[in-house]
Amino acid sequence: MSGQVLERYHRQSRRNAMLVALLAVAALVALLLDLVTGPAGLPLADTLRALSGGEVARGTQVIVWDVRLPVAVMALLVGAALALAGAEMQTVLENPLAEPFTLGVSSSAALGAAVAIVLGLTLPGLPPVWSVSGNAFLFALGALGLLQLLGRIRGGGPEVLILFGVALNFTAAALLSLVQFVASADALQQLVFWTMGSLAAVQWPGVAMIAIILAATVPFSLRAAWKLTALRLGEDQARSFGVDVAGLRRWTLLRVSILAAAAVSMVGVIGFVGLAGPHIARMLVGENHRVFLPASLLTGALVMSLASTLSKTLVPGVLLPVGLVTSLIGLPIFFALILRGRRR
Amino acid sequence: MRGLLARGIHVRFGTRHVLEGLDLPPLAPGEVTVLAGPNAAGKSTLLRAIAQLQPHRGEVTLDGENLARMAAQARARLVGFMPQTLPAGSSLVALESVIAALRAGGAMPAAQADATAMAVMEKLGIAALALEPLSAMSGGQRQMVSLAQAIVRDPRLLLLDEPTSALDMARQVRLLSELRRLAGEGRIVVAVLHDLALAAQWADRIVLLHDGRTHAVGTPEEVLTPALLAEVYGVTARVERCSRGRIMVLIDGEHAPAC
Repeated sequence: MSGQVLERYHRQSRRNAMLVALLAVAALVALLLDLVTGPAGLPLADTLRALSGGEVARGTQVIVWDVRLPVAVMALLVGAALALAGAEMQTVLENPLAEPFTLGVSSSAALGAAVAIVLGLTLPGLPPVWSVSGNAFLFALGALGLLQLLGRIRGGGPEVLILFGVALNFTAAALLSLVQFVASADALQQLVFWTMGSLAAVQWPGVAMIAIILAATVPFSLRAAWKLTALRLGEDQARSFGVDVAGLRRWTLLRVSILAAAAVSMVGVIGFVGLAGPHIARMLVGENHRVFLPASLLTGALVMSLASTLSKTLVPGVLLPVGLVTSLIGLPIFFALILRGRRR
Repeated sequence: MRGLLARGIHVRFGTRHVLEGLDLPPLAPGEVTVLAGPNAAGKSTLLRAIAQLQPHRGEVTLDGENLARMAAQARARLVGFMPQTLPAGSSLVALESVIAALRAGGAMPAAQADATAMAVMEKLGIAALALEPLSAMSGGQRQMVSLAQAIVRDPRLLLLDEPTSALDMARQVRLLSELRRLAGEGRIVVAVLHDLALAAQWADRIVLLHDGRTHAVGTPEEVLTPALLAEVYGVTARVERCSRGRIMVLIDGEHAPAC
């Protein structure tokens, strides 16, 4: 009996691993699709030849390597970062409604951006192209530091953290309104566009930064996978299994906030991916974090990459802010999965 | 000193003192001890304090080692804890949750963890539930899975908070026989039970708690007396002896038909 059950369990695990591999392939296909769409109307063959380093016109070379590729790769990486952050956030806050921006990271980043755009206050020594991102990242990390400090003083259970996070969100939003109130029309437009989340201004150094941050955090996430899985059984259970829950929560929040801060500072506020990516992954592979975390990461990358393609094609000739599109294409998928889950 | 010692356990929630310097008698390996007492007597709090899940003053030692000063992972190898309920919202399958009980706190090769977890579920008669998500289970089924999580690390001390509360009669007997067997192999078993009939039948020793203190300690015959039950619960009780000498507790109430 138990041998058969174990065999079935291992088959199920292999099926989940296959699903993760499929998601990876789908994300790569979406990346290619993203690369071959665009207003320049390049023939598919030319795009592929440029990508593989073949002989193409100089213009094609520039469009593919300097315009489309950084944007497409950034979409993939930001989606991955936000969905992984969302998955871990939902587990450590023991709340299915949590997402990377629950604790005030995005509004603090927006405030930082506003201070740069409107008031012109930036970090000294940073090149001008980086000034807005630099400020946003700094403010987002500052919010995290404040939160960790408050959590330490009061004992950081999930409810307390969420309450502090909500308070932080409101504070940053109020200060943002204040900055907007004194802003010129020009600066205001720039700021509104920034907060919508856009891939338009992406360049290679930004892509490299997100890639490095992801590469540095993912191994720690995977190492904590069984601990996070245990936390799904409740804090008492995880602790009785030998997990240092307070430490787990602190380190996970640090990882999540760095990922979210990096994403938001590069491309602005992108909603939905960090909330729905993990839910879609959970419905596909369950909650064993050894597969759930990679599945979330890849789901986020896939959704974001598709959104990037659609942002170029939905309205011909217009590049929509990608933050709007994630919600537009994510929601139907999300609803379909919820409805299917209900029927089962 | 072999066994479990808990001395001067003091727990405060805000200004309310839930446990006030409570002492337990030394609990030896091989014994099943039941913590009984009215609601809010401090039974669950005491269990959580012993498991080091509840901040407290006082000292808990297991075979001479102070549990509070031990690293969490080392403690997890010695102590198993079964909570009153498992959260219903998790889509983890039962087997995964038992494997997590083995692998979250320390490194164990995957194949060994899988086989150990499966063997424990089989022993408890819940192998058929192994691949069911916890969210699709009844309260009683989840309680059996929770027992598997508590015993899978083969701990020397087992702490169980109302382990039978959601179980049917057959499963109650299965769980309590398992506890008796585990105690027989030299473990210390401490369970909170509300059902005094079950306590009378299965406990070696009953600790009767009242208002955050130990009110009485002894064998079921010594503790389950009309006088003590009236003091602690405020009920009129009769204690009958069945033909094989075992005692039964019958509670009379205002509207309860006489037996």
